[in-house]
Amino acid sequence: MTGPARITYREAVKQSIREALQADARVFLMGEDVGKYGGCFAVSKGLLDEFGEERIRDTPLSESTFVGAGIGAALAGMRPIVEVMTVNFSLLALDQIVNTAATLCHMSGGQFPVPVVIRMATGAGRQLAAQHSHSLEAWYAHVPGLRVVEPATIDDARGMLRAALACPDPVIIFEPISLYNLEGELTEAAAQVRLDGARVHRVGHDVTLVTYGASLWRCTAAADVLAADGIDAEIVDLRSLRPLDDATILASVRKTRRAVIVDEGWRTGSLAAEIGLRIVEQGFYDLDAPVARVCAEEVPIPYPKHLEDAALPAPERIVAAVRRLFSDAQ
Amino acid sequence: MLSEFRLPALGADMDDGTILEWHIVPGASVKRGDVVAVVETDKGAIDVEIFMDGIVREIVVAPGTRIPVGTVVALIETEDAAAAPVATLAGESGGEGLTPAAAPAPAEEGRREGGSTAAPSDRLKISPAARRRARALDVDVAALHGTGPGGAITVEDVEQARAAPKPSPTPTPPPPPTPAGAGEGGGMRDAIAAAMSRSKREIPHYYLSTTVDVTATTEWLTAHNAAVPVTQRLLFAALLVKSIALACRELPGFSGFHREGRYEDSPAVHVGVAVALRGGGLVAPAIMDTADKPLTTLMDDFRALVTRARAGRLRASELAAPTIILTSLGEASVDAVFPIIQPPQVAIVGAGAIAERPWVVDGKVVPRQLLTLSLGADHRVTDGRLGAQFLARIAARLLEPASL
Repeated sequence: MTGPARITYREAVKQSIREALQADARVFLMGEDVGKYGGCFAVSKGLLDEFGEERIRDTPLSESTFVGAGIGAALAGMRPIVEVMTVNFSLLALDQIVNTAATLCHMSGGQFPVPVVIRMATGAGRQLAAQHSHSLEAWYAHVPGLRVVEPATIDDARGMLRAALACPDPVIIFEPISLYNLEGELTEAAAQVRLDGARVHRVGHDVTLVTYGASLWRCTAAADVLAADGIDAEIVDLRSLRPLDDATILASVRKTRRAVIVDEGWRTGSLAAEIGLRIVEQGFYDLDAPVARVCAEEVPIPYPKHLEDAALPAPERIVAAVRRLFSDAQ
Repeated sequence: MLSEFRLPALGADMDDGTILEWHIVPGASVKRGDVVAVVETDKGAIDVEIFMDGIVREIVVAPGTRIPVGTVVALIETEDAAAAPVATLAGESGGEGLTPAAAPAPAEEGRREGGSTAAPSDRLKISPAARRRARALDVDVAALHGTGPGGAITVEDVEQARAAPKPSPTPTPPPPPTPAGAGEGGGMRDAIAAAMSRSKREIPHYYLSTTVDVTATTEWLTAHNAAVPVTQRLLFAALLVKSIALACRELPGFSGFHREGRYEDSPAVHVGVAVALRGGGLVAPAIMDTADKPLTTLMDDFRALVTRARAGRLRASELAAPTIILTSLGEASVDAVFPIIQPPQVAIVGAGAIAERPWVVDGKVVPRQLLTLSLGADHRVTDGRLGAQFLARIAARLLEPASL
């Protein structure tokens, strides 16, 4: 490859799967419609022809069964990539993920690590209605024994799978549905992507926007608007939702003294709540304004476009939340 | 219920005033204590607070009109009858929200980003970072004006205050040049220096003191406080303030103003209470109409006044209003205070610490709770004999706490 190429997020994920399949014979992909149909978000289109049915495996519509099979394969020495259509449907496999994958290494005294990678789509923005559009990352980020990541950039979409497969723990990779068509430059940094650690996506001095996933791009849009007002926003892309990178978050908040957490999950019991409290616990004396957050409205994500838009943490809401930290004026 | 809001008297000698501007519009909701208008009086522009909760229905008097005290200036729909949802909706909307056609979702309290439902507190609003910076820069935060969210003091406010000369929170005339070595405290120190220098220069003080056996009063207070909820407990200072106010009513010459060579007794008694500020300095805001207030009201006012004084949120009227001041150094464990009058007032009462000491009762030395009251008074207006009577009347009132 010469020079930075412009590709889509979908293509970046596909390249990462192809690379993994080529690099390690123990790697295989399985899930609903990943083979003949090419993946319900077309991520694995063409891979069946390229790698054959042994390594690109269509499964029955039974999340508990095929996630459990993936865990078993990992225990037996394989490096399975299990695709679950959306986080909503992953709840059918929650027992396998939380009670088995997350616990075995601990319960066996370290004898049986479970190096399974479970990819699932998350979030709203494509009018897929309430059964396909939720953001339940916080539920998985709650569970010790799991690694939870959410690539929001092309480089991370391209590089995180490699890091996940190299990790001995079960890793959940969340892929925001609304980002599959995102286009951007793939840079050489994709080859060095780490599984953990947050990243300062945009440097600023006046307020820190802590976010992850699709909301990263809502934050960049908001930061552009704020910049016109003279408010210089720094954006921290969490990347890893478990473990959280307190050091990067706090270093940024200590610098800007203000924090707004932008989270597509529902506000109550959210990751935003967790991050907010960590900021208060560790950075209380550095704060110059109350910690604020912008989350999804507490409704099942609506199907009609205008209502779906209204339910999400849109840039205007982020801008308004930031402005409230700077003055009494509305 | 529709209630009338009338122009209140904003100072001892105010007969009329001009409404300069309204801070409310019809439909707005108001709470007791909100500043609703600015009124021009002889003493300058003063914030007017409202003393009822409700929704503004009508503004009766337009800005610019000069009207006598007591005129109805606005009509307020008081809370019981007002439609609560109106206030809730207006308060909760952040300017955007779900279209009403959205599927009904479980109601969530405070679901908006800005949606805090907690009641505001009287505590000084200052960010943690600003507080730390203020300490490092030795800036008195009580005197700062906050520009952050909700009027909170931010790091920037502290740094600007450090860069600029410190503002004087008291409405005293500009201070004379500070002598070398005046040191910390800035504007407030200068203001106190100016007022006290003028006092000692112009007012021929005389001082009296009397020691009072307040055992019965402290016992009454202990019993009273044991019988009421925490929020209704009284401090000894409240009894003292009320006693002073009643004594002022009985004996002219101590509660009023000496201006342009002439003394005039104030028709209303507003006892000022000297409050030491955490950052150094002192203010003495008034408890308005002290003599007419029952002890519990007085206590509420007293608490609120101290809190607001320490938060730097006093209103100009409160600082200008005192007709006499009480300065109590009981907490500092001194026996007695020899207080200096704040011009143009003509008297000031001091109170030392209440302490158990030997006292002769019926020929026997017994331990009693003793308090030394002192009086600094203006010899141009009264003489020691009258001053002694004044102190005696305060003491007599204090010994009858149940009648306060």
